[in-house]
Amino acid sequence: MLKEFRLPDAGEGLTEADIVSWRVRPGDTVAVNDVIVDIETAKSVVELPSPYAGVVVELLVAEGQTVPVGTPMIRIQTEAAVGADPDGGGRGNGSLPSGSGEPADSEGERTPMLVGYGPRVGAVSRRRRVEASAPAASAGEVSPQEVVAGLFRPMAKPPVRKLARDLGVDLNTVPPTGRGGVVTRQDVEAAAERAAAATVTADERVALRRETRVPVKGVRKLTAQAMVASAFSAPHVTEWVQVDVTRTVKLLHRLRRSPDFAGVRLTPLVMVARALLVAVRRHPQVNASWDEQAQEIVTKHYVNLGIAAATPRGLLVPVIPDADSLGLRELAQAISVLAKTARDGRTQPSEMSGGTITITNVGVFGVDGGTPILPPGQSAILAVGQVAERPWVHKGRVRPRQVTTLSLSFDHRIVDGELGSRVLADAAAILNDPGTALV
Amino acid sequence: MSDLASPRGPAGPRSVPPGGEAIDFVQLLTPDGARKRPAEYPLDVDADTLRGFYRDLVLLRRFDTEATALQRHGELGLWAPLLGQEAAQIGAGRALAPQDFAFPTFREHGLTWCRGVDPAQVLALFRGASLGGWDPAVHNLHLYSIVIGTQVLHAAGYAMGIQRDGHVGTGDPARDTAVLACFGDGATSQGDVNEAFVFASVFNLPVVFFCQNNQFAISEPNQRQSRIPLYRRASGFGFPGVRVDGNDVLAVYAVTRDALDRARRGEGPTFIEAYTYRMGAHTTSDDPSRYRPTGELEHWQQLDPIDRLVEYLLLTQTGDERYFAEIAAEADALGVRVREACRSIPNPLPESMFDHVHVEPHAQVDADRAWFRAYQSSFETAGGAA
Ligand SMILES: Cc1ncc(C[n+]2csc(CCOP(=O)(O)OP(=O)(O)O)c2C)c(N)n1
Repeated sequence: MLKEFRLPDAGEGLTEADIVSWRVRPGDTVAVNDVIVDIETAKSVVELPSPYAGVVVELLVAEGQTVPVGTPMIRIQTEAAVGADPDGGGRGNGSLPSGSGEPADSEGERTPMLVGYGPRVGAVSRRRRVEASAPAASAGEVSPQEVVAGLFRPMAKPPVRKLARDLGVDLNTVPPTGRGGVVTRQDVEAAAERAAAATVTADERVALRRETRVPVKGVRKLTAQAMVASAFSAPHVTEWVQVDVTRTVKLLHRLRRSPDFAGVRLTPLVMVARALLVAVRRHPQVNASWDEQAQEIVTKHYVNLGIAAATPRGLLVPVIPDADSLGLRELAQAISVLAKTARDGRTQPSEMSGGTITITNVGVFGVDGGTPILPPGQSAILAVGQVAERPWVHKGRVRPRQVTTLSLSFDHRIVDGELGSRVLADAAAILNDPGTALV
Repeated sequence: MSDLASPRGPAGPRSVPPGGEAIDFVQLLTPDGARKRPAEYPLDVDADTLRGFYRDLVLLRRFDTEATALQRHGELGLWAPLLGQEAAQIGAGRALAPQDFAFPTFREHGLTWCRGVDPAQVLALFRGASLGGWDPAVHNLHLYSIVIGTQVLHAAGYAMGIQRDGHVGTGDPARDTAVLACFGDGATSQGDVNEAFVFASVFNLPVVFFCQNNQFAISEPNQRQSRIPLYRRASGFGFPGVRVDGNDVLAVYAVTRDALDRARRGEGPTFIEAYTYRMGAHTTSDDPSRYRPTGELEHWQQLDPIDRLVEYLLLTQTGDERYFAEIAAEADALGVRVREACRSIPNPLPESMFDHVHVEPHAQVDADRAWFRAYQSSFETAGGAA
């Protein structure tokens, strides 16, 4: 039999989810409860197990797509031999009764998915025929008139009522398209659009087409909140320095050839991370946070290093815990694992928490520097610019050298200009001459 | 009353959570499967009972993980997983005498299991097909309480009734009755729960307060809810408190049995803190990775309630690989049956919502039901028969 699995509501009352990644392809054989797809809801990334055993026939939604709850996602061919639930597979030999007042093939009657309390197909075609009569006035507290009045309230779910109120739409004027005469969210939105369209001029309509509006949600929303929280609570100062990193680049080439670093992705970012960690060890006060409530400055004796990463989901800042305890090789490995996890969209919220200081690599976009905003709760963030060949005075002559720019933003409540400058200058000096890290 | 101020039970085994202090609790089975014999809690269990515990734990875990999957299949609106708390619930559930009465939270699937409630009846609530699920009087088990802590007060009230019916301290083992009130660590912060403690104490009620400290009230860690270990609060109310390794089914069984006996003898309430860990999400709507410290889950996985029993069964040669395979097959069959049963739970008639509003006929309810019936029949189904 061909079965469809529809997107369930993985948390109470969610309306949609993003398809993050498929774990199966057409032709694959799946067993019941094999994880087949990762979805991301407003609440979390969730693995969905297959309700059916069989062979995957077709994936109906693509990775990256946002789909409403109830959308068919996958078709699975179940076979009698590998049927999801072989009949009689224990039925009756335990404490479970068949428990059903319905015919055994009741499955077809229910709208295939949604949650258990999903609507029955029959309900879809039900229509109000006659007006119900009010109950005979009985216990006296509720008058028939009140009950009848209640009956003619337009029917809509509470969130839809709120939406209507927010959009200034009178529910009584909205033609319902939902089951049983219920006004749906789409109905309200359509009514609001009609109202808006009625008031815009032709010029404005042209203008409207020249813009796209995307609701703020998910990572974008979190990023926005974090940026606002940080930018308007911590007074930011940014300093920058240009530095000749030719020696570091040469060191990188040497290390890459060394058997100790076989199979490890060594990049300039790794060296910058290393330089920053050394600078933090020399100036631990820069690795701190401001506890507003306690009116205390908390200096961390560990470094959880955040690495900002541009991902398909938006900007994420996964964290390498206790980065200060890692050797160069482990650090390089941690950075490449974390970057890959982030690009694949598999970074878990717990992997993004607890950062104490952060690096953002804007160089990959071909720019030199900027004024990065601190992740909330951290006191410093270092932006690394592109490493490019520049004319540079080297040993008294202008030479082409590998040059980059480091920009350090810090929380000026905690870090004074002197401390910030020392940290930045130290990191730069190490990159200029990696040997100085030894002293 | 100095004995009340100090915890009962030996200061013996310790479990050190990452970054936490050492925990003293009653333990009969270490995580490695070694048997301890604290003098205060003598326990002799035969091979069948031991195997019974193992079977209970494995089948219960299977039922629970199956229900979690059913929620992801879209068959349930919600599920509250108990993963990790199996031993606490089975130990307590199996300590009950048939006439005892228990009051569960919404996570007590081990208790419904022990009290013979059909898993499908448990699922009906989470599928939105039932407002309760089973008849409490048939199973001597109250319905799941969603509102945190209410059931603890109900339990104290029920214990008062037992006491007034004279079913306490008669010495007749078939007559003397105790009440088990289950709740979580978070619930201890609720007013209802503390009121129940007061009543239980001053009336010397036959009730056992069974608190599963699974370390979290949703995302709120227990350390943020109490400055002292929970079991020590009991002394302030005037009854003994004891902390037990909640991942040790034998210890929970022994400690709960002891407390229930005490209650039945008329010696009053006991507070048990079963120290355990919720390894899954609070409910299927929750994402624990947002608040769980790194490494904590891994720490608790070392203390898994089933693993240590496997070790012990192997050590004592009460169970072998063949037996484990048998139980695994039984669990698979249970999984299939649970899925089937869940999918075939009948949708209730909408008007059944009036059924349990009043025990006795009530004019207002009857009128409402009649109106609702008329309203329902005012719909016609397109294409013919309604
Ligand atoms: C009176 C009340 N307040 C709040 C809630 C929301 N709520 C549901 S579960 C929960 C946490 C309960 O924690 P705990 O008692 O430790 O039990 P656990 O969930 O850990 O088993 C809360 C606050 C509720 N159901 N009832």
